[in-house]
Amino acid sequence: MKLLTGNDLVTGDVIWWTGSGWSRHVEEAGDVGDQGEPIALAEEGARRVNGPVIIDATMTPDGPRPAHIKDRIRALGPTVRPDLTLKPADPNAGSWVI
Amino acid sequence: MADPDATDTGGETLLRLRTDEVHDEPAVTLDAFLDGQTNATAVRLEAGDDARALLPRLGQLALVEISFPTFRDGRGYSSARILREAGFAGELRAAGDVLVDQLPHMRRCGFDSFAPQAPIDPDVLRASLSRYDHHYQRAADAAVPIWKLRHG
Amino acid sequence: MYKYDEYDQSMVDARVEEFRDQVQRRLAGQMTEDQFKPLRLMNGLYLQLHAYMLRVAVPYGTLDSRQMRMLAHVARKYDRGYGHFTTRQNIQFNWIKLADTPDILAELATVEMHAIQTSGNCIRNISSDQFAGAAADEVTDPRPWAELLRQWSTFHPEFTYLPRKFKIAVIAAPEDRAAMRLHDIGIELTERDGRLGAKIFVGGGMGRTPMISHEIRDFIGADDLLSYLEACLRVYNRYGRRDNIYKARIKILLHEIGADEYRRQVEEEFVAVKALGLDPPAAELERITAMFAPPPLTAEPVELDRSDPDFAVWLDQNVRPHKQPGHAIVTISLKLIGGIPGDASADQIDVMADLAERYSADELRVTHAQNIVLPHVAQADLPAIWQALTETGLAEANLDLISDIIACPGLDYCALANARSIPVAQKIATRFADLGRQRELGELKLKISGCINACGHHHAGHIGILGVDRKGTENFQLLLGGSGAEDVSLGKITGPGFSEDGVVDAIERVTDKYLEVRESGERFLDTYRRVGMEPFKEAIYG
Repeated sequence: MKLLTGNDLVTGDVIWWTGSGWSRHVEEAGDVGDQGEPIALAEEGARRVNGPVIIDATMTPDGPRPAHIKDRIRALGPTVRPDLTLKPADPNAGSWVI
Repeated sequence: MADPDATDTGGETLLRLRTDEVHDEPAVTLDAFLDGQTNATAVRLEAGDDARALLPRLGQLALVEISFPTFRDGRGYSSARILREAGFAGELRAAGDVLVDQLPHMRRCGFDSFAPQAPIDPDVLRASLSRYDHHYQRAADAAVPIWKLRHG
Repeated sequence: MYKYDEYDQSMVDARVEEFRDQVQRRLAGQMTEDQFKPLRLMNGLYLQLHAYMLRVAVPYGTLDSRQMRMLAHVARKYDRGYGHFTTRQNIQFNWIKLADTPDILAELATVEMHAIQTSGNCIRNISSDQFAGAAADEVTDPRPWAELLRQWSTFHPEFTYLPRKFKIAVIAAPEDRAAMRLHDIGIELTERDGRLGAKIFVGGGMGRTPMISHEIRDFIGADDLLSYLEACLRVYNRYGRRDNIYKARIKILLHEIGADEYRRQVEEEFVAVKALGLDPPAAELERITAMFAPPPLTAEPVELDRSDPDFAVWLDQNVRPHKQPGHAIVTISLKLIGGIPGDASADQIDVMADLAERYSADELRVTHAQNIVLPHVAQADLPAIWQALTETGLAEANLDLISDIIACPGLDYCALANARSIPVAQKIATRFADLGRQRELGELKLKISGCINACGHHHAGHIGILGVDRKGTENFQLLLGGSGAEDVSLGKITGPGFSEDGVVDAIERVTDKYLEVRESGERFLDTYRRVGMEPFKEAIYG
């Protein structure tokens, strides 16, 4: 599957395209298929996203899993500061990245 | 600082910090100026051209236009200073990908007219050109460097 | 320390308003990201993996307690309670909102701080010796010269769109504590015929093509320094490559045309530039120098009670002699075992500010090895300082030992990284946690970069590690034999790379081999230089 992601222009937060808007949680990301580019262009033009990119991912029982480690780190947060990730209480969050 | 005078020249905006008439002879390339059109009074330098090639006949030039193919290409700043340091008093025009936030630096390097390929908001330009009261370095403009203000 | 006058203050104040205006125009859609990016970068604002990152300048690594407390305040109010000290003596905040940055810069300006030119293709923060003004081996305090260069380079109209970034370091001692030879321009202050001047090195750098700088001028007087640098930069601005970002640093220009040809062009340009009156009068350097006058240090030498072994080790490892008898230079390690190299919490930053105010003439330094220095400490105060550091977890006695690791933020934070640097640093420090074992190994500078851009100085490590991406998996190459000090050299890759755990094992095999073959008095680097790569290669790969 293909995901559309980028950073919120104002806050810098990592955001994922859900199909109808943006979410901070990769679990809510939707497959953009071949529609990623026009959506990215429109959303960037509307200044809702900075640096949108289309990435590869696979669907898993836990939701979409980005193919590249960099995007998994973006999705979670820094592996060396679990307290600052989106899942501070999940001891297995780090192993999802690797 | 006087407001720049915006002149509409055939669809392209020309911002000038000079009060003399716009020079109307078309600018020739450096190669043409050095070989053939040796009587030209206006030259266009590309970013990679050596501005010092103009020095032997600087006196005959009324306008030198320096091209900025992208705003990231800063060679033109050095070209401008070299010409001003050699005493060039004619119009020095920055042309191409010239952005409003760059104009203060360009002016300090000796540019006194600008032909930006995208329009520049006059209010933003006015704020941008009057932002800094002082400058640390001596450059090609008339600004007195801060160290000179400190020590007289 | 340097104090702003009305002119300096007006510059940073105007810069805040300029950036406020630029941010507003970006948020209002009057600028594209492509146009805004170089403007935000010239104010130290990056877009990293998780958020915007703001790099705040610490000119030549010097700051006072008020400035340090402001960093803690920024960390608490606008970030997530911590900051990261960098190899160019700056500090980075990792979780910044674009809309907050003008306010952050306005707050910084109230304590004479800014983020000007901490990124972008311009002249960056001028770095220097963290022991400046305190070291016994310096010919003069290099910081007044660095401040002169700070002012000259700030908003330099000609050199703001250079082919690539430009880093300058100034030192004034034979021992190079600032990696001077690995800068675009390195300046070593020297004395000749009773006159101070600068030896100029050009074309050093790390990155994907590491190079050691060339000596371009053996002496230039203070009265000509700015003209000379103007000439050095102008030749680069005109002829540095702009067709390929990876070949755009000045080191490539020198490599391609040769140091002799570069020198010839600079000398020719210098003749032209010298006539322009660009150099301030001697009175300006004197004005600045007066502000760096040594603090009154009147303490008498004392015999310290070394009965607490932890204190004694810390004294031996992290405390250096001061040029003034009765005083000492303390390095506070930000390399806690298992911690993140260079990170400090807002509370720790406040503690260090308090210690500086109380015990170190109100001064702190940031080191290029990502530690903090209290430069002017009375020997008699060392026990109290150590006690306070111990209570806040900052008394790690590992300066210049294997766990005093330089590491870039790596893939945990950085958009350019290929691999995570910090977890490797943590695993190595944990493996070698035993301080006795570390001290047995002696001085061993280990440096880790998470990509080829080499922010973690891996080329200059006695042991260097470079993280790469191998088909989507983190892989680590090992280098041996680099140095960023006065015995500068570039490390060589040992061979095939390793997994994260594999590289830790490989390092242990390297250090075991070193212990086996070293001769008396040899550091790891000395042994490597004597025996070469082969014995280590054999130990690693068998």
